[in-house]
Amino acid sequence: MTKELTRPLPRTWWLRKAPYFQFMIRELTSLVVFAYALVLIWGLWSAAGTGAFSGLHDFLSSPLSVWLHAVALVLALYHTGTWIALTPKVIVLWRDDEQVDPDFIAGVNAILFLVLSGALLWLVLA
Amino acid sequence: MTTGPDRTAPLFWLLFAAGGTASAMLLPAMVFITGIAVPAGWVSENDLVTLFRNPLTRIALVGLVFLFMFHWAHRFRYALVDLGLVRVGKQAWLFYGTALAGTMLAGLAALHL
Amino acid sequence: MDVTDPTVLEVFRYLPDAETEPRFQRYEITPQETWVVLDALNHIKAEVDPSLSFRWSCRMGICGSCGMMVNGEPKLTCETFIRDYETETITIEPLTHFPVIRDLVINMADFMEKLPTVSPWLIPEEGKPIEEGEYLQTPAQVAQYQRFSLCINCMLCYSACPVYGLDSSFTGPAALALAERYNIDSRDDGMRQRADVVTAHEGIWECTYVGECTQVCPKGVDPAGAIQMLKLSYALDWARSVILPKGHRS
Repeated sequence: MTKELTRPLPRTWWLRKAPYFQFMIRELTSLVVFAYALVLIWGLWSAAGTGAFSGLHDFLSSPLSVWLHAVALVLALYHTGTWIALTPKVIVLWRDDEQVDPDFIAGVNAILFLVLSGALLWLVLA
Repeated sequence: MTTGPDRTAPLFWLLFAAGGTASAMLLPAMVFITGIAVPAGWVSENDLVTLFRNPLTRIALVGLVFLFMFHWAHRFRYALVDLGLVRVGKQAWLFYGTALAGTMLAGLAALHL
Repeated sequence: MDVTDPTVLEVFRYLPDAETEPRFQRYEITPQETWVVLDALNHIKAEVDPSLSFRWSCRMGICGSCGMMVNGEPKLTCETFIRDYETETITIEPLTHFPVIRDLVINMADFMEKLPTVSPWLIPEEGKPIEEGEYLQTPAQVAQYQRFSLCINCMLCYSACPVYGLDSSFTGPAALALAERYNIDSRDDGMRQRADVVTAHEGIWECTYVGECTQVCPKGVDPAGAIQMLKLSYALDWARSVILPKGHRS
């Protein structure tokens, strides 16, 4: 039995093809979700007790915060877009012998996103 | 050949899915609020205080911290595996533990009022 | 037959009896308009270099034997037309993520061993004697699993899957898609039995939904979709077992 050749996958595999790169960015949007959870925790602690809110408010008003939020918004929307696109793969429905159109499932989720976002914005801003 | 049914994986996957849905639906609007509405003055410091002190908001926010944290924990853990930085199965507790700690931190803050 | 411009094929060679290291060998050919990559390889073997080794059989996209990397993408070489390539050079390599035995021939033992572990056969709750006739299905019931039954075991999906590339203990797209094919077959009751392998950590939970398996599949099986459906089915099954432990058969 002669020697077989193994070709290990390099750690840079995700840099080699656009779909792989987009996949990795999608996965790394979870860091934005984590970071925002920290912001929420900060807000909850600021409101607790004496409510030293000026710290959080000052930070949010700073240019650094605006830039970070701008990047976060792009990545958050990328997460939203890719997530909505994947919903038809998990929610598979059949009517008789025809599958419910996957685009319909995604469309319902997209509308849900718009409705929920709109409701949240209205609740807070109005 | 395989190691038998993974009895905890379904839980973390469901939490990941719930957190992913919550963040997909709500995170962009939230980022807009704290990132643009606050510095633009459409939401004042007083508004923020009122918001974060409202009991219903506090409960909702603890819930969101929980979902966001466990979504991150699961997805980021596997991202590190796919980056070749962590072996599958190792140090999973590091990520879920952090998520739990974050949730408890949020819960403590919410109760502190 | 139209004759097209000369094309260069850079073909991966690995001859372990004679050489320890792999290399590329350059073949300049003048392909015909209708040629697929497999035609070019057979031309090379017949007219230029008989030492080149590769697998093929049906040459019509149904046997799954001729999978190779063509310009870095996993393809069935019998369905890959040379005229579709703009590049002067076409690079041909063995399917990635599998050990190479020789030249373009890979060792597929890992896949062959994994396939039976998902119990890819009907497991009805109660068997039926032959006298009682066939298991009947409506067209709607067939439609549910039909797509997942089209797999030809060509393993292009394993080459596209980075999870498998990083960890060969991952059960993999084709095997898991086949498990779903049987799980959702109305004649089958074997979902719990398949759980041992399918819901192991090396099963569905290791998949991070890159989705490239579905993109490269030549038969439209959508293994990525099948795996996500498996995750939901087994996760809900787990949830039911936690909430209603007595009402849950194990």
